[in-house]
Amino acid sequence: MSEARRPTLAVLDYDAGNVRSAKRGFDAAGADAFVTADPAAAAEADGLVVPGVGHFGSCVASLRRSGLHALLEDWIAAERPVFGICVGMQLLYDGSDEGDEPGLGLLAGRVERFPAGAVVPHMGWDVLHAADGHDGDPLLTGVAGERVYYVHSYYAVPVDEEPVVGRTAYGGVDFPSLVRQSSVVGTQFHPEKSGEIGRRLLANWVATLAA
Amino acid sequence: MSVPASATPDTLAARVIPCLDVTAGRVVKGVNFVDLRDAGDPVELARFYDEEGADELVFLDITASSDARDIMVDVVHRVAEQVSIPFAVGGGMRSVEDARRMLHAGADKIAFNTAAVQRPDLLTECAAAVGSQSVVAAVDARRVGGQRVSGASETGDPTPKWELYIHGGRTPTGADAVAWCREVARRGAGEILLTSMDRDGTKQGFDLDLLRAVTDVVDVPVIASGGAGTADHLADGILQGHASAVLAASIFHFGELRIRDVKDHMAERGVTVRRVP
Repeated sequence: MSEARRPTLAVLDYDAGNVRSAKRGFDAAGADAFVTADPAAAAEADGLVVPGVGHFGSCVASLRRSGLHALLEDWIAAERPVFGICVGMQLLYDGSDEGDEPGLGLLAGRVERFPAGAVVPHMGWDVLHAADGHDGDPLLTGVAGERVYYVHSYYAVPVDEEPVVGRTAYGGVDFPSLVRQSSVVGTQFHPEKSGEIGRRLLANWVATLAA
Repeated sequence: MSVPASATPDTLAARVIPCLDVTAGRVVKGVNFVDLRDAGDPVELARFYDEEGADELVFLDITASSDARDIMVDVVHRVAEQVSIPFAVGGGMRSVEDARRMLHAGADKIAFNTAAVQRPDLLTECAAAVGSQSVVAAVDARRVGGQRVSGASETGDPTPKWELYIHGGRTPTGADAVAWCREVARRGAGEILLTSMDRDGTKQGFDLDLLRAVTDVVDVPVIASGGAGTADHLADGILQGHASAVLAASIFHFGELRIRDVKDHMAERGVTVRRVP
């Protein structure tokens, strides 16, 4: 019996994230990931990975300059697999208080800064809870209730709760930390920096591509 | 409707961070584990700490020549291939270009010390270029006048002051260390690695007065450093110093304390910690 083909993933390199760690994380989860800044090369993959650190507006601007923004729009419209990490997840919403650039608008809602009084960034290992109605979600197998690594100062305020698969509480708010809309998944945390638990989450997602 | 107003208490874990001093690609300050093939190899040691449950790692490049920088980039590259937790790199970082190089090699954060004091705009520029989450300000502080440093249960000088030092703690600047911490946070450093020069290497515990003086006036996470000798000291840094993370070197490297045991003890003291599967 031959082993199932490992799904190929294009990790988008637009100068906004630790692409090397993202590649390593998805490889360890059963994918065959490659780093690219070339939209044509990325379009050949089975899925796209959108890392993202830093400033929301700068990330959007950088995606536009690289031509990857249009690719993402096409993939989202075509319901092809996309995985966004941190700001890469926030980009799925309509927009952010961090810059004037609009987001991709797949998810209704905006990204806001943690309220004053909290230690910000929210930095470190925090608990990922299953959102209401998502207890048995296959993405959360071996992951729900465990700690994963976060580093962010802004969080999404969704209009629609249905895409919210996982939540995390910090600084007096309970924010979406794992979202899914059709073929697109986003994590506010960094699964590629979250040890064994992060690997499980990525493997849960990669398994959906191979199916 | 949006985010439910949360009555849920925060669940963020205090981080326990081993610090590795590296020179010419090798870990210095003897490391003493029987179960490592090569305890001087930063990559193998990083893997070991990852498996032990370290929440993050800090690598300090204690050689500052440009040759050493190339070697450090290679170390960072190899560590990034092997560990699945975040790590910071510091020591001799002087420019945004230095930061980009290390981040591109796979580091998650860059720690600036002397160069940021000499040119504070470096922090602003770096935060703009790579994001605050990747910019750590390493601050070395020493008590003015050498007043007694209070321990966990002592009462110290009622109005202590700390002077900012650079060049690995060798050169006094005349500047107030706590004021500098406020400035680095304002300039976009996402985290402060705060070392008490008085306590460094003493194993007498963190300078809790210093920690409180800083954590009371900044809203970025503070990593406590300098003086940890026991698991109780680490718990004190969180519970009394209000640090977000605690850093230690020799107590872990010499195998005096294992990270799992330290976390068990911290949890008994009421500190929220992360356990590895």
